[in-house]
Amino acid sequence: MFSIDLLSNALVAGLLLGGFYAAVALGLSIVFGQLDIVNIAHPAFVILGSYVVYMMNTAYGLDPVLAGLLFTPLFFVLGVVVYRIYYAGFERTGRESLAGLAFFFGVMFIVEVTIILIYGVDYRLVDAAYIGHTLHVGIIDLPYRMLVPFLAAMAMTGGIAFYLSRTFTGRAILAVSQDRLALELMGANPIRIKSLAFGIGLATAAIAGALLIIIGPVEPSFGRVYIGRVFAIVILGGMGSIKGTLLAALLIGVSESMVQTFIGPSWADAVAFSVLLLTLVLRPQGLYGRL
Amino acid sequence: MDAPLLDVQGLSKHFGGFTALDNVSLQVGKGERFGLIGPNGSGKTTMINCISGALTNETGKVVFKDRDISGLKPHQRTRLGIARSFQLPRPFASMTVLENLCIPLEYATRQRSTMARRREEGMAILELIGLADKADDHSGGLTQIDMRKLELARAMAAKPDLLISDEAMAGLSGSEVDEILDRLFTLNERGVGVIMIEHVMKAVMRFSQRIVVLDAGSKIAEGTPDEIVSNPLVEKAYLGE
Amino acid sequence: MKIAPFWPAAALLFVLGAASTFAVDEYYFVAGYIVLQGLIMATAWNILGGFTGYVNFGSAGFFAMGAYTSVVLYTAIDPPVFVAIVAAAVVCGLLGFGAGYLTLRLRGVYFAIATLALAIVLETLMVNWDYVGGATGAFIITPDTEFFPSYNAFMFVLMLALAIGSVGLARYLNYSRIGRGLAAIRDDEVAAECAGVPTLRLKLISTTIMGAMMGVAGALYPYFVTFVEPLSAFNLIVAVNAIAMPMIGGTATWVGPVIGALLLGSVQEWTKVNISSELNLLIVGVLLVGFVALAPQGIVGLAQKFGAWIRAHREKRQGDGRAAA
Repeated sequence: MFSIDLLSNALVAGLLLGGFYAAVALGLSIVFGQLDIVNIAHPAFVILGSYVVYMMNTAYGLDPVLAGLLFTPLFFVLGVVVYRIYYAGFERTGRESLAGLAFFFGVMFIVEVTIILIYGVDYRLVDAAYIGHTLHVGIIDLPYRMLVPFLAAMAMTGGIAFYLSRTFTGRAILAVSQDRLALELMGANPIRIKSLAFGIGLATAAIAGALLIIIGPVEPSFGRVYIGRVFAIVILGGMGSIKGTLLAALLIGVSESMVQTFIGPSWADAVAFSVLLLTLVLRPQGLYGRL
Repeated sequence: MDAPLLDVQGLSKHFGGFTALDNVSLQVGKGERFGLIGPNGSGKTTMINCISGALTNETGKVVFKDRDISGLKPHQRTRLGIARSFQLPRPFASMTVLENLCIPLEYATRQRSTMARRREEGMAILELIGLADKADDHSGGLTQIDMRKLELARAMAAKPDLLISDEAMAGLSGSEVDEILDRLFTLNERGVGVIMIEHVMKAVMRFSQRIVVLDAGSKIAEGTPDEIVSNPLVEKAYLGE
Repeated sequence: MKIAPFWPAAALLFVLGAASTFAVDEYYFVAGYIVLQGLIMATAWNILGGFTGYVNFGSAGFFAMGAYTSVVLYTAIDPPVFVAIVAAAVVCGLLGFGAGYLTLRLRGVYFAIATLALAIVLETLMVNWDYVGGATGAFIITPDTEFFPSYNAFMFVLMLALAIGSVGLARYLNYSRIGRGLAAIRDDEVAAECAGVPTLRLKLISTTIMGAMMGVAGALYPYFVTFVEPLSAFNLIVAVNAIAMPMIGGTATWVGPVIGALLLGSVQEWTKVNISSELNLLIVGVLLVGFVALAPQGIVGLAQKFGAWIRAHREKRQGDGRAAA
């Protein structure tokens, strides 16, 4: 029964969800899209962010978004460290493909298992004043637990896009993937730029994690389903295009919402992965990108 | 006159909006020494990739031994008798020098052979090219010039009728250039046609019987080395106005 | 290259294994079964991963589809176990072929991600398919075992036979014409293609064999656990072990996965019993990262380097001795 009510709410819910997905995929868009580093552990770090925020929220009553922001410097440093290890072990010796993938696979595994060891496998959730309330606009319901993450995600996406296109270091990040030598000649150190980019990527994971746990309860294995989503978004959007990432995220968010509403929730997870497979098989360069 | 060994007819190739090759035709005769030169970006490597099958041309045909090979995959073209060496050497790094040659010796022919036979043939090629003493060395750890020799040896191991040498001399010293050139002459004496792409002019001039010059995707000159050297269009292409 | 002694040794091993079922404690068969299952998965993974150079993250998918093939057959006609094994090999071989055909044109990284996506899509399909029990799962009644003292012993011996067969196949492949072609593809696919190697055909052979082998490992799983549900069949630890065991043991030859599986598998079984399951997972993750970063050639590589060092050391001493004399 395709009521306008149901359809429009599914659409809006999909857009809100998609906006949030953009926040999750943003870090990977920089790291994989620009730097060609296949950090499949990115979603695991997002989950880590969720748990850190959970800890702050239950221990100090800190607002989740605030807690996320608080931890961005720490996650940034973590990102730099992880990149340095990756560079020393793999990039420098030219063994990126097989070994590099296995490295991040292992890192993902370690992060997930560490969380399980500390927190167990139960769902965790946070408490905030706006969670549980809904804004009603005509026939559209906007739950705050979806709206707040959407707005925060848009802010973050806009901020990152601005940074990449307007600042020197931001543009250096865009340049380093295209012409490393030219970058060196311009006086910027590619390794430092890449460390910076990877750090930023992980910093976005902290905030994305905060948003994730606002939307709903989180458990350690969530990361695995998000792997498909974020890669589908980054690849569909065209590697490294922020605009493309946002568009792809919205598309996937809406598709999932539609499937969830009209077919069934147990099929929703497969949507992103199916989109990913289709994109890879039919149009690997995505909507906006170069391959 | 016999039909040419290789007959490229009206080849075009675009990358997005960029025209790499614009309706280029050329012929290489059996056992001919053929030079392909032109400034950077003129389309030489694209031409090679279209001939060897790494890229598909949009218009035109590639005819080899009277057969249209335009739709064939690279490994099929190798089996028909076209072999190429790579500008940046691409050895099979986990294998020894001899084992590198055993791959085309096993796969580029239609006949079955024994490992012993292949090793024999491989050693003969290594003797010819001057790498025989390094036969059991790890191919990943060779010097630059030895890697170039290995590239050529591996192309020879495919027992081609036409060998394409892609800038094998780049960055080598004068005596090293002569070494490689000698090997190519020896190979040619056995009846193998050679297309040489080079920037090292003295090598191309010494080696080629005929030369084609490309500039910005088009053929601008064709003829003997003497004709090319005295051609004002060629001079302009390389030196500008 | 050890061509001659392999099959006699394997036969001896099998006879010993079968005989041990009458003497040894029950627990060892359960642990042994799990280790052997890991061995088959590791060997299969390595055919595409180590021999050909393409990383498969979706091993759990092939394993689970092997298991579900058994479930479907059991629900439909309750066939002998051997029929289920063959059917699983065929189904998962086709799956491997299809997956390869769709994705092998992609650069290595994209291929790896595509395999992960495929595994999740398969899992979602199984979760939603009521014939095999959907999310709740399905039961299998264990078949009769006349010769062996217990059901687990029978499963163990069956797995041993399958493991020996798999390793034998991998070994044959390693030293065959196909194996040499795969190595060329792994080292440099473009150069291999230009050297006359039919790369797509060989890659498809590789994925098909890998798929079939993993399906075989999965085919016995329902008979072993008697209850199959998507969460455990598509288990992440199966996928991680399939990668970790060859990478730790050494990916270049058929020997590495065997060593990796025996060592890592035994460590895991011991840890699960004596410490905890979660810590076991952590150990696997740390070992994987450690080996990948520090000893990329695996244990086999370390052993080779050690052997070379010993030889060089011995020659030097002989040289010094001669100089002194």
